[in-house]
Amino acid sequence: MKVQKPDEAIRSRPRVSETEVAASLHWYRLMVLTRRFEEEAERAFRRGKIGGYLHVYTGQEAVAAGFLAALRPDDVFFTAYRDHAHALFRGTPPGAVMAELYGKATGIAKGKGGSMHLFDVARGFYGGYGIVGGHIPLATGAAYALRYQGSDRALLCFLGDGAMHSGSFHEPVNLAALWGRDGLCPIVYIVENNKYAMGTSVARSTLVTNLAAHFDAYGIENEQIDGQDFFTVKEAADRIVARVRTTGRPYAVEVITYRFAAHGAADLFQPYRTKEEVEAARERDPILILERHLREAGVLDDERVEAVRAEADATVADALQFAETSPEPPADELERDVYHSS
Amino acid sequence: MAQITYREALRSALMEAMDRDRSIVLLGEDIGVYQGTFRVTADFLQQYGPARVIDTPISELGFIGAAVGMAMLGLRPVVEVMTWNFAFLAADQILNNAAKVRYFSGGQVDVPLIIRGPNGAGVQLSAQHSQSVEALYAHYPGLWVAAPATPADAHGLLKTALEGRDPVIFLENAALYGTKGEVPEGDGAIPFGRAEIIRPGRDVTIVAYSRMVQVAVSAAQQLEGEGIEAEVLNLRTLRPLDTDSLLESVRRTHHAVVVQEQWKPFGPVAELAATIYEGAFDSLDAPVERVTGADVPMPYARNLELLAVPHERDIAAAVKRTLGRE
Repeated sequence: MKVQKPDEAIRSRPRVSETEVAASLHWYRLMVLTRRFEEEAERAFRRGKIGGYLHVYTGQEAVAAGFLAALRPDDVFFTAYRDHAHALFRGTPPGAVMAELYGKATGIAKGKGGSMHLFDVARGFYGGYGIVGGHIPLATGAAYALRYQGSDRALLCFLGDGAMHSGSFHEPVNLAALWGRDGLCPIVYIVENNKYAMGTSVARSTLVTNLAAHFDAYGIENEQIDGQDFFTVKEAADRIVARVRTTGRPYAVEVITYRFAAHGAADLFQPYRTKEEVEAARERDPILILERHLREAGVLDDERVEAVRAEADATVADALQFAETSPEPPADELERDVYHSS
Repeated sequence: MAQITYREALRSALMEAMDRDRSIVLLGEDIGVYQGTFRVTADFLQQYGPARVIDTPISELGFIGAAVGMAMLGLRPVVEVMTWNFAFLAADQILNNAAKVRYFSGGQVDVPLIIRGPNGAGVQLSAQHSQSVEALYAHYPGLWVAAPATPADAHGLLKTALEGRDPVIFLENAALYGTKGEVPEGDGAIPFGRAEIIRPGRDVTIVAYSRMVQVAVSAAQQLEGEGIEAEVLNLRTLRPLDTDSLLESVRRTHHAVVVQEQWKPFGPVAELAATIYEGAFDSLDAPVERVTGADVPMPYARNLELLAVPHERDIAAAVKRTLGRE
């Protein structure tokens, strides 16, 4: 099985064509937008506008961006609760995402799910789950359904490093391998290794810290890649999604990344890591790395970067305004949606 | 009207639906090559092939969760649990995903999933294999809970489940698989939330579901010899609960005995008793009597096991207590 160290992966980064660079401007814009969105969501949380839990994606943007960029419009994906970016990258209107965080009727799930349960089924986004690892079985069965129905749609299952030590990881990946033998499980497991399961590091969670290698136990092909460079992720994603689509066999990628922000809004002091460690990680900010590529390619300059930032500011301001002014769900929504007939 | 077994009733409901609807797939342990632990799916693998009759490894969490995902993407999975005791391993998938994903997605997905298998006490299977799980699942909004007592129920309720759009906890009973009864020809679907007066009577209403219906009917037959006409109400589904039929019967008989196999505290009959008090208090001539299993893990020794589950005599005694005929 192919296992690449992150630094090797970076060195072996593929050459990027001009069309690819031009197309990536779209993803740069979305990554900048998402970063701004998360900053404002954190601020709104501190002001008491957003309740419950709030888990932002800051630092990991290139992972979801690179993989979602490889999908067709009819493909499907599942993730856990750090899910705002996934919705925004897929084209869910930022206002509908922010309104969901605000618990408003105009939210993408009518204000019934909140931050952890974003859903946009029309765009192939099947959630948004709050129990660590709990969505992995769902995604695995969903992949079977796609193939059983005779389509060549592919499915991405994003999960965190912390999800890999639960039975809800090990049981479904074994099923995926079995079903994949018959070409019936076109799923990519994307392990977003951001180094910490809340406050517990990977090294304190398992002796086998090469998380991709866990898939060897089930006969699932796998590799490790660097998650901070959009083009590295995108190259791997294009190749892997195409392969899974063709073979109907599962594939796993451990994407090495880092969570710049706290685990959640309540994770104030972060006693499990040092400021120096976080600062060192911020040196490899995925937005700055992509920006550097695009500047080198002549697609971006100071002026254009400013324009992208201003556009993101305006979009997020609109999203906040939309969420602020949207109505709360009416009381008769309380008992609706429990059953198909309700 | 054909006389068939509870097992055959389940099989025919499944086959009729699978012949018509290719989105139905079966998953479970030893349902295919082994032909099913209780032979409900015998020959299905040969007939429908391995993509539709999926033998799974022993991974309840994995395959029940996968079935939820299949349902979200438009299939109609029917999971067989070898017994409901094993489904605790998948509790998070059933209670946190199947029951709730429709709601927290704001109605964006349906979960037309059936999980079926035997529930309740067996014969000397001891503590881990003898549980009744209905109180747990009937507690959860988002799930339907069916508990067929007869072959007609088994056939008709499963047909309804196979047409529905929501997850169904389908509680069979190992002691009932071989029992025979009449199943109407034709479609015979029984809507959820419609209880059946399986035996009419005017003195007291005995309310039961699943195997306890048979025990209640037999108790009513005994009581007939003592001049007591007991009505037996077969609930068929616990969620939705047919409150109207329950209250209508109690308003006529003015007495109620509610029966369940498992532990008394916080069990389904507490809900039934409360429903009767809330809706028919003025009609009652005596307090509602609860008949339940003993409040202990199921013992292995046969004599102790028999003491742990309700029998005809327990129901008859409760009827006499509520009628003041002790």
